[in-house]
Amino acid sequence: MQWTINGQVREAEVDFRTSLLDLLREQFQLSGTKKGCNQGACGACTVLVDGERINACLALAVQYQGRTITTVEGLAENGTLHPVQAAFIEHDGFQCGYCTPGQLCSAVGMIGELERDHPSAVTADLAANGIEWNRDELRERMSGNLCRCGAYNGIADAIAAGLAKELGEELGEELDEELGEEIAR
Amino acid sequence: MSALDKERSGDNQPAGVALAGDYWRPEGGPDPLSEKGRIGIGAPLSRVDGAEKVTGSARFAGEFTFEGMVYAALVYSAIANGRILNIDRREAEAMGGVVLVMTHENAPRLNTPPVFLRSPNGAAGDDHPIMQTDRVHWNGQPVALVLAETQEQADAAAESIRVDYAAEPAMTDFELAKTHARRPDNVLGGPAEITVGDADAAFEAAAHQIDATYTTPRHNHNAIEPHALTLVWTTGDGDESGREGETLRIHDASQCVDLAVASLAEVFGIETSQIHITSPFVGGGFGGKALWQHQILAAAAAKLADRPVRLALSREGVYRVVGGRACTEQRVALGADEQGRLQALIHSGIAAMTQHNNLPEPFFQATKCLYAADHIRLSIDVADMQMLANTFMRAPGESVGSFALESALDELADQLGMDPLELRRRNEPERDPTSGLAFSSRHLLEAARSGAERFGWSERSATPASRHEGEWQIGLGCATATYPYIRMPGAAARITLTPDGATVGIAAHEMGMGTATVQTQVAAARLGLPVEKIAFHYGDSHLAGSVLAGGSQQTAAIGGAVIAAQRALVAELLALVGQDSPLSGLSPDEIECRNEGLGAIGNGSRFETYAQILARAGQSELSVQADAAGSEELANWSMHSFGTIFCEAGVNSVTGEVRIRRLLGSFDCGRILNTKTATSQFRGGMIMGLGLALMEETLFDPRSGRVMNPSLADYHVPVQMDVPEIEVMWTDIPDPHTPMGAHGIGEIGITGVGAAVANAVYNASGKRIRDLPITLDKLL
Repeated sequence: MQWTINGQVREAEVDFRTSLLDLLREQFQLSGTKKGCNQGACGACTVLVDGERINACLALAVQYQGRTITTVEGLAENGTLHPVQAAFIEHDGFQCGYCTPGQLCSAVGMIGELERDHPSAVTADLAANGIEWNRDELRERMSGNLCRCGAYNGIADAIAAGLAKELGEELGEELDEELGEEIAR
Repeated sequence: MSALDKERSGDNQPAGVALAGDYWRPEGGPDPLSEKGRIGIGAPLSRVDGAEKVTGSARFAGEFTFEGMVYAALVYSAIANGRILNIDRREAEAMGGVVLVMTHENAPRLNTPPVFLRSPNGAAGDDHPIMQTDRVHWNGQPVALVLAETQEQADAAAESIRVDYAAEPAMTDFELAKTHARRPDNVLGGPAEITVGDADAAFEAAAHQIDATYTTPRHNHNAIEPHALTLVWTTGDGDESGREGETLRIHDASQCVDLAVASLAEVFGIETSQIHITSPFVGGGFGGKALWQHQILAAAAAKLADRPVRLALSREGVYRVVGGRACTEQRVALGADEQGRLQALIHSGIAAMTQHNNLPEPFFQATKCLYAADHIRLSIDVADMQMLANTFMRAPGESVGSFALESALDELADQLGMDPLELRRRNEPERDPTSGLAFSSRHLLEAARSGAERFGWSERSATPASRHEGEWQIGLGCATATYPYIRMPGAAARITLTPDGATVGIAAHEMGMGTATVQTQVAAARLGLPVEKIAFHYGDSHLAGSVLAGGSQQTAAIGGAVIAAQRALVAELLALVGQDSPLSGLSPDEIECRNEGLGAIGNGSRFETYAQILARAGQSELSVQADAAGSEELANWSMHSFGTIFCEAGVNSVTGEVRIRRLLGSFDCGRILNTKTATSQFRGGMIMGLGLALMEETLFDPRSGRVMNPSLADYHVPVQMDVPEIEVMWTDIPDPHTPMGAHGIGEIGITGVGAAVANAVYNASGKRIRDLPITLDKLL
């Protein structure tokens, strides 16, 4: 069986019961992806498959053969942290760090959802062309990633700042403006 | 330029740090590091382990591997009391990859572990024998353990095991157990009943009375990292001292590495020197990561199989094996005069417990120190149940006790027609109302005043249910937060100085509180070194001392140990300097640490760098270890952190849904050491308080004694969308009798929040909810 993980083609023969999460953690020693509940409730295992975020604990390894998977270990490029990673440090978007890889992958996956205009539960106008990007959209979309230490404010600040950097003038500015207002307040 | 660099480049900073005196004695001065404007103290340094945590390279306990390692899975009992008649393991043993099945019939003989708070070595949650007999003591007790080559194989085999029981009647109904409640012989080592005057008579005679019952459910810690460990027994090679024999090496998720070693040594009948536990990263603890059966079973199975073992509890497994907070039923009776002065304060009630542990949920803790009532009676009874032993969870006692007390204060204010903050102000005590001791540092009124101003408390309508926005009813509530300052014995620190900097080693813990970051800052400030030249080592039982990550005590305990080690270091350095040094002839108390070296206080020219001193003495390093001074300050003063929580809640008049719109905490916790990590600590506690207020409840079936919602899908914790932008602020007034003038702040954040929310809900809707959590069904 074969997967492309963080840009590398990886091969292994695994039990058909093996989850994508256990494949990463136990077969490939990519233990950055975390097991928090193993039943899709906490989001700690979030990874990107072809750019979309999924819970790796609910995915079977066999099911994802041939797919392109990005884990937290693959977010930095050539030793440079992804803007969202750097912002997590700056804005204290974590305490114990266990939910952090899932938060990060989830945040990066969210960018694509916004670019593709996927609405969320708080999107005011589902028929509108384009999503009005605001703090509530961010918070709603990140609500599948639990943080028991309660770093939620820092996480939201970090993602807003990181996305502003990543997306520049598009979605970023709106968000950064709102963030700036909140910080000023 | 970082904030830290900016601070460092300031001109008006005190030049150096003299040795701390006897801060714990009335005649001793404060720790010099508690002075305002100390370089680096309070700076918003980003976490020193940040890069590891955002790149996934931080390795947690269940992520280490050993050659030949096998995976464990547990089988949990389905009854609460009785005997195991038969365990059919044949199918499991025949399954692919299975290495062994361990039950009481073949487990190695193990001693019963010493229980926390009952024995000096105790880290264990209860004193039940561990897989040694056919007895079942709670629903969920491990009755079999499978080892297999992969986790999938172990899990499948565990599911195939069939257990027959002879069930016996079990006390699993709190309502019934309450009728047999007993007075425990102690609560956290103190009395289970505290009386000042005659509270019952004073209550009867009072002009205004509130007499209400408040109930709080069971809670689970739910750290996102489930408990996990990886371990190996090795024989023959001996330990570092060359000693022959077995050694047990454990990567654990622990908030008490040293105590766990002591307990495991008793269980396995070996020396503490034969066990080595490290725990550099812990994915959240909150009181839940001490010693439970899974660590002992993993070590026993590894011995039986002669293979290294990884045991990672499933999320359900955590609920079955690791205790949580007990449920309580509390009575608060307040008697007051027309001016709102408390004449009687009664806080009594019952908490669920077992006969095999020693933690009566100490819900009267906050009430001991908060209000100046003339007559006080506090008591805790326990209702013995057959269940997994309850344990410490963030602010044990204060979190649920402050819900009852601070709700009752709000009810009294309502009856008096008085502002709730004003009622509290009128009852601010001069001295600790139950111990009679003076407070070491109490600025609660200042915290309340500044918090109220910031929050806009004056906008609150005194009339409940008077503010509406569409179908939402809006209300404001407040409550007092408090948590004790403590510093436990046992702390020690080793400082190893080289020309390149210093390493500080101490068997303390980092579970996300920011310990590693803050203590790096503190050590740098104390030794006059830049933070880049400090390495703070922790989470390793081989390191100096024994520091429990509990009771919000680590900051002070580590601080006290480093103070002692600094004194020892300076003495040793002065012994090295020789007659040619400008420092020659100076005594330690004439010395300060500054600019990467030692200098004479008040004399800029008498100075040498550490590197110069070491070079002159021909030494490449100097290593000292010292024990922290005893915590005499606790006998001299009443020592607590304080705060006021302000909440704006919206209650949906159609659905009963509660949304928290604003939350502010204004704290008085001594000197704040790192504004960035402190903000996160306070917010984190307050968010767990929101969970306690609105959604958290471990559902316990009174018929079977089984936890019915052992998952993060059914046990609800706050998510991103439940949490508003939380404001925190602090007085930053140092406590003159603590290391750095600081208090630990890991737990105070959760206190008071339950009541602040309940009081806001009352103000919004006119409905007084005395039964947590405040779910929508209670508001319809």
